[in-house]
Parts: sequence; structure tokens; C-alpha cells
Amino acid sequence: MDLTPDDVRDVVRALDGSGLDELHLELADLTLTVRREGAAGWTAEQEVRRRPAVERAEPAETADPASTPGPAGAAVPEGTVAVHPPLLGTFYRAPQPGAPPYVEVGDEVDAETVVGIVETMKMMTPVHAGVRGTVTEFRTANGEFADTDAVLLVVEPAP
Amino acid sequence: MRIRRLLVANRGEIAARVIRTCARLGISSVLAASDADLDALPARMADRVVRLGPAPAAQSYLDPAAVVRAALAAGADAVHPGYGFLSESPALARACAEAGLVFVGPSVATLEAVGDKLTARSHALDAGLPVVPGGEAADLAGARAVADRVGYPLLVKAVGGGGGRGMKLVGSAAELPDALDVAVAEAGAAFGDPRVYLERYVTSGRHVEVQVLGDGTSAVALGDRDCSVQRRYQKLLEEAPAPLLGDDVRAAMADAALALATHLGYRGLGTVELLHDRDRGSFHFLEMNARIQVEHPVTEMVTGLDLVAEQLAVAEGLPLRLHAEDVAVRGHAVECRINAEDARGRPSPGRIERVVLPVGDGIRVDTGVQAGSVVPPHYDSLLAKLVVHGTDRADALARARAALDLLRIEGVATTAPVHRALLDDPELVAGGVDTGSFERWQARRRDLAEVS
Repeated sequence: MDLTPDDVRDVVRALDGSGLDELHLELADLTLTVRREGAAGWTAEQEVRRRPAVERAEPAETADPASTPGPAGAAVPEGTVAVHPPLLGTFYRAPQPGAPPYVEVGDEVDAETVVGIVETMKMMTPVHAGVRGTVTEFRTANGEFADTDAVLLVVEPAP
Repeated sequence: MRIRRLLVANRGEIAARVIRTCARLGISSVLAASDADLDALPARMADRVVRLGPAPAAQSYLDPAAVVRAALAAGADAVHPGYGFLSESPALARACAEAGLVFVGPSVATLEAVGDKLTARSHALDAGLPVVPGGEAADLAGARAVADRVGYPLLVKAVGGGGGRGMKLVGSAAELPDALDVAVAEAGAAFGDPRVYLERYVTSGRHVEVQVLGDGTSAVALGDRDCSVQRRYQKLLEEAPAPLLGDDVRAAMADAALALATHLGYRGLGTVELLHDRDRGSFHFLEMNARIQVEHPVTEMVTGLDLVAEQLAVAEGLPLRLHAEDVAVRGHAVECRINAEDARGRPSPGRIERVVLPVGDGIRVDTGVQAGSVVPPHYDSLLAKLVVHGTDRADALARARAALDLLRIEGVATTAPVHRALLDDPELVAGGVDTGSFERWQARRRDLAEVS
């Protein structure tokens, strides 16, 4: 459905005449919210739009290694299952530095096995294998940042 | 030395908060931001922005060399470290001094004295403060000796820790060996110092703290705060003054905090954290935080002071311009921390679609986000602080409820609904809750939700 300027004028007129502060219109193929700015004076909705010009303390670096994704390609071999992080964050293979990893390639896991942890906003969330089988490959290294669609590791399900 | 250009080496709401005072005082503000924060709200508010480094904090906000490099590149004459990150780092204070920069914080010697929790304990003892029974646990035998003396339950704490991080509750002697192992490993990993110590766990304790300000010679106490509403040892709601304290206890706490600040020759803004034992009516020293605190606005609301401005003044080397008789506490203030977390406390990073803030008398919102902001997963989850001031505690709580009803942060889950429900809890309304009350309240709510 196309919204013509006349339609918009009609909607605004309807809001103006109603004494309402907000009008939420939901049609089959259109959702429209019209809101009166600073309604009643009890709230404020501000936005600083200025774009900061960023200075550099040192000559520009060649590349930013931290933000370049690793070889965490989404495709996994047929018949295997990719394990994704429950939340985006930094992936750790061991409970703390120096400790043995939760699992290694070749280890048998079941759905509830903890295969790593993801640190998001200073909070740790365990990563479960989600499937019974054998770990065949790690796609995300220890300490590497992982988005929610990243492949942490690959499991070959048990028959 | 007069501070004319200040490097703000922090992010989020506290960076925005410090920039605001700079603007008021005519100090040029330069924000040092990581790659994740170059277009964040504080970056848009600062006069200038300097890139600090990549998004991971270890390579940006936690790197003293990067902070000093940014300050020198911007031609700043002082560095404000905010809270967290390098705010209590002797390494940053030292690096600033070597580069001819003013570090807005205490001296290197003070940071070392209070940063090591065992040294802080002995300073508190020297200053005549009661400390929670406990002691160093160099090994299992040492830990057992201390445990025999203080009894169970007890807490294992990291000597290099603080802010509630790296603590383990031990219920009985059987749990001690495992808890000690885990605590030592975690302390080494998190703070680079594996030493731990034991402290008696006070089951019905309130977390009360005293705000102090010193110029190196004299110090002044600026009232107390109650921060007992905590989830997993992290503060969630704070208020000033601490409710339901007898006048004698309140005065004794202020005296104790002043005694410690004076003993240390403290210069800067600091907080003396005390544990008030509800059952015994006594209090003990916990630790001293040598920085501005997240919850400083409740003190600002009831005293009318700008603590960042006072912090900058003593950093410039000026003598205290506040005296005890100038400090009047008026009314009551409450702060709700709005974190990007869901009702169960799970982190909720993402893009913020809309921010609607309550405005009006006695309402203040310190925010680091606005519509369109991206909440990165690399740092803590604090988005904003809703602070309200009322004529008395009941009035402040009523205003907090009304303000929370108007506040809208859309796009990520926040703790605002948790606060709104908590403000109706009769225990909280009565006041004087202990540090375990929030988790008991949450458990009751969960049970209730399961029944209905």
C-alpha cells in the first residue's frame, strides 16, 4: 500500500483533533506510528546527531586484527553439525587461562556437554554441544570474538 | 596546575557524565575511545575524540601506554579514568606522572595501599577501624587456621580484587579446599595476583559506604550511601542517605571513614565501604575505593555538590573548598542501574532503537546511550542510571516508580522492569534490607510465577 501525502495529512489531522499523544496504526501491510514530540512534558527524547571526527594518537595501523573474523565460515561438511554461541561474545575453550580445554578434537560429547564458554559483557555463558557425537574441528580460536552466527566448532553426530 | 584540557579515558555513562562537568567548567574534553565506541553518545558529546585502540579492553581501556599516548597526542594536561578499567591503577598514575600529566585520582602510594586488600585492612586497623574477622590464606593450612578462628560461613576474596569480583562463599570446612583452589586460580587469571584471604561472612549484613574527599592534608565526609540491593555481588539499586541507621552509628561511620582518609593522607575522591551487621548493630571496614563510584549521583542529589568538579579541583592541587559544616544532606535519593540484561540477568547486547527519558523536578538520568546506539558485547552492561530525589524516602521511591513508568529503552532487554517490580516490594519499601534480600525476592517472584 502506498501512503500519499494526503493520507499523511489525514492521519496527522486525526491525531491533532483527538487530544492523543500517540497513534499506532496497524494494517495488513503497513504499520504506522505518529507521535507528538515531548508529549505532556514528562519525557524527553533527544538525539545527539553530531558525527565525531576521530583523531589518531599514532600512525594508522595496517589492519585491525581483533575485528577481522577468523576462518569461521558458515558452511560445515554434510552430515555434521555446527555449534554456534548462545550469545555473541568472546569464546574461551577453558574455564580459565592455563586450565585444560573443556573438549578437544576427537572427544565424544552429548547434547549437555559444555564445550566452551562465551564472555559477553563480563558475564560467562556456557556453550553446550547441543548434539551427541564427536568433535571434529574447531573453527573459532580461544579468545577470539564470535558473532551469534559464527561456527565455534563442528560435531559429527553419533549414528 | 589549572586543568584546561581533560582526557576522559573511559566510556559509557561515566564518560558522558565527566564531559558534562567539563562543558560546565569550560574545560576542553577529549574522549579516548576504543573502536567499538568511536560513534557512541559520549564521543558525540566530547569536544574531541582520540582513538585509543581496538575494541577488546586489554588493548584499549586497560592499556596505560595507550591512554598516555592518546593524552599526549591530544595535548591534554590531565587524565580522568572514570571507574573500573584503569581508575585505580598505580601503573597509569605512574605513567601519567612520568609524562607530565595530572592523574585525576589519588597518589601512586595511596593506590598501592588500598588496591592490595590485605594492606588496606592493615591500614584500616592502624587507623582504628574495626575490620571483618579474617586474614591471609597463603596455603590450605593457613586458610584452615584462619577459618578455625573466624568460623563458617566465610568468604574467600582476592587480594588484588574488589568491586565484588572474585569472591567465593564457603559454607563448611569440607568445602574449603576446593573453594580455595578455584579462588586462587581465578584471582591469578582475573587480577594477575593469586593471593587470597578469608573473611567472616556476615549473613545479615548491609553494605553502607561513606563518600570522602581529601586534599592530601585534610579530608571531609560527604554523607553515606546504602548499596545493599545486589545481584551476584553487583550493586543494582543505591540510595542516600542509608535508611534506618541510628544517628550514633551514622556518625561513627563518618568518623571511621575520615580517620582512614586522614591516616592515608588521602588526596582525591574516595569511598570507604563498610559492612553493617544488622543483628549486632556494629560495622566493619570492607575496602576503600580510590575513584569516583557508579552510585555517586545519589550523594550529589542530596548534597547539591558536583563531585567530579570537586575531584578535578583537588587533582589541580587546590586545598579543600568544602568543610563539614558546608555539607548538608537534604531529602533522599535513589538510583536504579539500567543494565542491558534480561529479567534473569543474562546480557543483552545489540542496537538501541529508542530512548525516552523521564524529565522533571528531582529526576536525573545519566545515560551513555541514545536511539541508534549499539551496545557492544565487550564491556559491562550499564546503559544508564535513573536517579531521583525526593523530600523523604517515601517520596523518592514514589518518584522513582513514576519515572520508571515513563522510561523507555527499546531494542535491548533492560533491568528497568526488575526495578519497577522491586520498588513495590514491602521489604524494600520498609528499608534497611541486607545484601541477600534481592536474591531472596527474586526467588519468591520465580516461585510465584511458577504457581500462577
